[in-house]
Amino acid sequence: MSTNGEALVRVENVEKSFKRGSEQIHVLSDMNFEVPRGEFVALMGPSGSGKTTLLNLIGGLDRATRGSVKIGEDRIDNMSERQLAAWRARHVGFVFQFYNLMPVMTAARNVELPLLLTHLSKAERRKHVALALDVVGLTHRTGHYPRTLSGGEQQRVGIARAIVTDPTLLLCDEPTGDLDRKSGDEILSLLQALNRDQGKTIVMVTHDPHASARATRTVYLEKGQLLNEKPE
Amino acid sequence: MKYLGLIWSNLKRKKLRTWLTLLSIFVAFILFGLLFTIREALTAGVSVADADRLIVRHKVSLIMTLPEAYLARMKQIDGVESAIHFTWFNGIYQNEPKNFFATMPTDPEPFLDMYPEYLLPEDQKQAWLTTRTGAIVGRVLADRFQWKTGDHIPLTSPIWPRDGDEAWEFDIVGIYDGAKKGTDTSGLFFRYDYFDEARAQGKGEVGWYAVRVSDPERASQVAAAIDGEFANSPYETKAEAEGAFVQGFAQQIGDIGTILIAVLSAVFFTILLVVGNTMAQAVRERTEELGVLKAMGFTNGLVLALVLAESCVIAAVGGLAGLAVAWLIGAAGSPAPSMLPVFYLPTRYLLIGVLFVFGLGIVAGILPAIQAMRLQIAVALRRHGG
Amino acid sequence: MNWLSQIFAVTLFSLRTIPQRKGSALATAVGIAGVVAVFVGVLSIAEGFRAAMTVPGADDVAIVLRTGADTEMTSGLSRDETRLIADAPGIARTSDGALTSSELFVMINLPKRSTGTDANVPLRGVEKAAMAVRGDIKMVEGRAFELGKNEVIAGVGAARAFAGLDVGRKVRVGQNDWEVVGIFTGGGGSAESEIWTDASVLQPAYHRGDSFQSVYAKLTSPAAFTEFKDGLTTNPQLKVKTMLQSEFLAEQSTMLTTFIRSIGVSITALMALGALFGALNTMYSAVSARTREIATLRALGFGATPIVISVLAESLVLALVGGAAGATAAYFAFNGFQASTINFQTFSQIAFAFTVTPALLLNAIAWAAIIGILGGLFPAVRAARLPIATALRET
Repeated sequence: MSTNGEALVRVENVEKSFKRGSEQIHVLSDMNFEVPRGEFVALMGPSGSGKTTLLNLIGGLDRATRGSVKIGEDRIDNMSERQLAAWRARHVGFVFQFYNLMPVMTAARNVELPLLLTHLSKAERRKHVALALDVVGLTHRTGHYPRTLSGGEQQRVGIARAIVTDPTLLLCDEPTGDLDRKSGDEILSLLQALNRDQGKTIVMVTHDPHASARATRTVYLEKGQLLNEKPE
Repeated sequence: MKYLGLIWSNLKRKKLRTWLTLLSIFVAFILFGLLFTIREALTAGVSVADADRLIVRHKVSLIMTLPEAYLARMKQIDGVESAIHFTWFNGIYQNEPKNFFATMPTDPEPFLDMYPEYLLPEDQKQAWLTTRTGAIVGRVLADRFQWKTGDHIPLTSPIWPRDGDEAWEFDIVGIYDGAKKGTDTSGLFFRYDYFDEARAQGKGEVGWYAVRVSDPERASQVAAAIDGEFANSPYETKAEAEGAFVQGFAQQIGDIGTILIAVLSAVFFTILLVVGNTMAQAVRERTEELGVLKAMGFTNGLVLALVLAESCVIAAVGGLAGLAVAWLIGAAGSPAPSMLPVFYLPTRYLLIGVLFVFGLGIVAGILPAIQAMRLQIAVALRRHGG
Repeated sequence: MNWLSQIFAVTLFSLRTIPQRKGSALATAVGIAGVVAVFVGVLSIAEGFRAAMTVPGADDVAIVLRTGADTEMTSGLSRDETRLIADAPGIARTSDGALTSSELFVMINLPKRSTGTDANVPLRGVEKAAMAVRGDIKMVEGRAFELGKNEVIAGVGAARAFAGLDVGRKVRVGQNDWEVVGIFTGGGGSAESEIWTDASVLQPAYHRGDSFQSVYAKLTSPAAFTEFKDGLTTNPQLKVKTMLQSEFLAEQSTMLTTFIRSIGVSITALMALGALFGALNTMYSAVSARTREIATLRALGFGATPIVISVLAESLVLALVGGAAGATAAYFAFNGFQASTINFQTFSQIAFAFTVTPALLLNAIAWAAIIGILGGLFPAVRAARLPIATALRET
């Protein structure tokens, strides 16, 4: 495991299990995983391998049964719900497979949403939104509602929303899973650029080798265990 | 409020549903307003009754008359400040039974002194004192028949035929207003001297007395003293506080009033149930969106507040409009002036209505809001796409 | 697949999805049940009241009042006048003479059994022939009053509604206590709300000298009324008016029945509006929740009409289920419910039972069906117009 540079994400001895009926299901067991600052990691693995769960744990959307999750200086596994929410607002941006935009809001308003949690003035918020939409190349689409945008465009709005608060960490769950090859490539290029030019640390869950090829490192999961090599 | 935009966008999500919900709430609160308007109408008078006044009627029934001679005896009783009498005249306008209203002969000057809640301009009062056939009418009654001062109106009375079987003639010399909102201004008062002289029969008989006591604390003792004074005579009396008298009268409507109120309440709550369900459903449909907001860092409290704010906005817009319309209906006048002379929505019920509006907003929003708040983000996000 | 079986298949399919939308479907049904219950409840008051203000049996009893009087209470007739009236043509006669009863109509105050508050209970002084005139008065408890004695009998309605009207108890009339000696029925009519006694003992108790307020006369037949009326109006010694008892009672209650009906109808209309909005909401969300399903059916070749009908049918089923529940609930809650209220026209209490008639129930369910159809129509049309291609992609 390459650990050059300072680790931004540090997952230690994490176990995640839940009950389904009387059965105890172990999604992750004794997981140790680090992501150095500035890395673009792809998490691959078959369905049910626990990759989305791991991503959720890193993003503070879910809690580990055991073990610690440290992002930068913060131990997020023992934060309260309230602290976690504030932490997410400041430090993480999420990109979802199905974009998860608010259908009732324009692209610009969607991007503005996370900024509502900051103390920025309306004018400042507008400036940040414009900047984020510029980064993803959608300045001409700001007033459009999601349903009038193509899938690729919607995902770019989703990315703009994720970066508008300038978080250090971007977490992407199958960002190209719902897109055609060409749009998917554009999204991956965008993520690569964000990683390369703006130093964003990115963790991306995917099952598409084409997508993982764009990452700086690929990690494989199977049955809740990390494999350093691509499984045969 | 930077979140207003968010709330507004959500309301626009399904415009039709928002409209239908708004309209349902609107209807519910019109009903609410009418409910309390009718309730007030049924208990009219109780709230404006004067604690200083007693009503003295024949012991057996209000329809039986008392001798006019009781007036002097009553005034002698300790604790009685003043007394006047009324007689039920049952005036009918234009020989049309439905044009019936409260009509009573009385003695003008002491009457106006005893009932300060009837506001009559001084010049009109003087005109009444000098016009033997003069009558004063309440604002509601004047509006009902478009009467104005100077009008000359004939009335017939099935109880009190006039000597020679002619119609009774009155000159409207004044129009009185109510000092309080609940004051009944649907009646006509005219002079007893004219009445007694011209009636064909029953001279010297009056309907009931109103008595002002010098000390309201002693009202019940005075009432007992009055009844004692006339006990064992052919005309025994029953004296009671004006409030009790009016209330007793209202209670005669009894069951119908209770049932109307019960039915209206049932309707109100049924509509609220239906509306609440719709509003709750509107939130449930957005589970995953709420999950996204939370992933972005919206706190549980904020999500709760946003959901509640949204349901409160709908409730407020629909409910306040409904209350306003109900208030206007009351302000437009009674649909049945002879049965419900006092018809308006009192401010205190309006305020209760406003509380109910926000109560609805909170109750309809709270369950889904709590669900939204407790939502496991990971679970919410996974719901997408089935 | 032919058209009918298409409709059948699609409708069955959509009805089967109702359990998945329990909450909103239930809310709609409850809303409509509410409309029906309110409708039935309020109008059963009017029905019951109407029943209490009718005359059972043949329409051959006339009432005579002084000209200008609109109620018995405001009327007045002297002994001489009542004799002249009894001589009028058209009146049925027996060996005892003309079947007429000169009557006094006054009030006594009795507490209501339900609330204990005072109520104006009508007390009627009648003559010996009164029972024969009306023809349907039957003693169900105790005996009839004896002439000349301070005794009263009470109608079953009055006995149920007002305290003290039990056989053996005494009520205060004038300055004395009079004994209740019997309870009578009057075929469900207005007499059941009254207390009866001998007119000749009531006159002095109420200082009425030898006067009456009305005369009830049994006619030889309903057709004899014209003859009777002409006989009275052409008599220069009489200033009276007459009408059939049925007309008289109907007139006496117009104000109250109109009041109840208008309030009932306006409440129901508002309620129906509320329920309609609820039904529309439910059906619109039912359609939008099933957008993809509907589009799939269309893509498979189902026509637009079966879709429209299936949505309508669903809404109608919900409405009818709700309506039936509401009607049943209203029937058990309201039918036979004993109540009394004041009739402002006569200033007296009338006791009556809420009456839920089959016509009322059918009427109410028709309302429910209308709400159901209206509530389903617009959403159904929307469902049929969905562009298939985009709808298929909807999630």
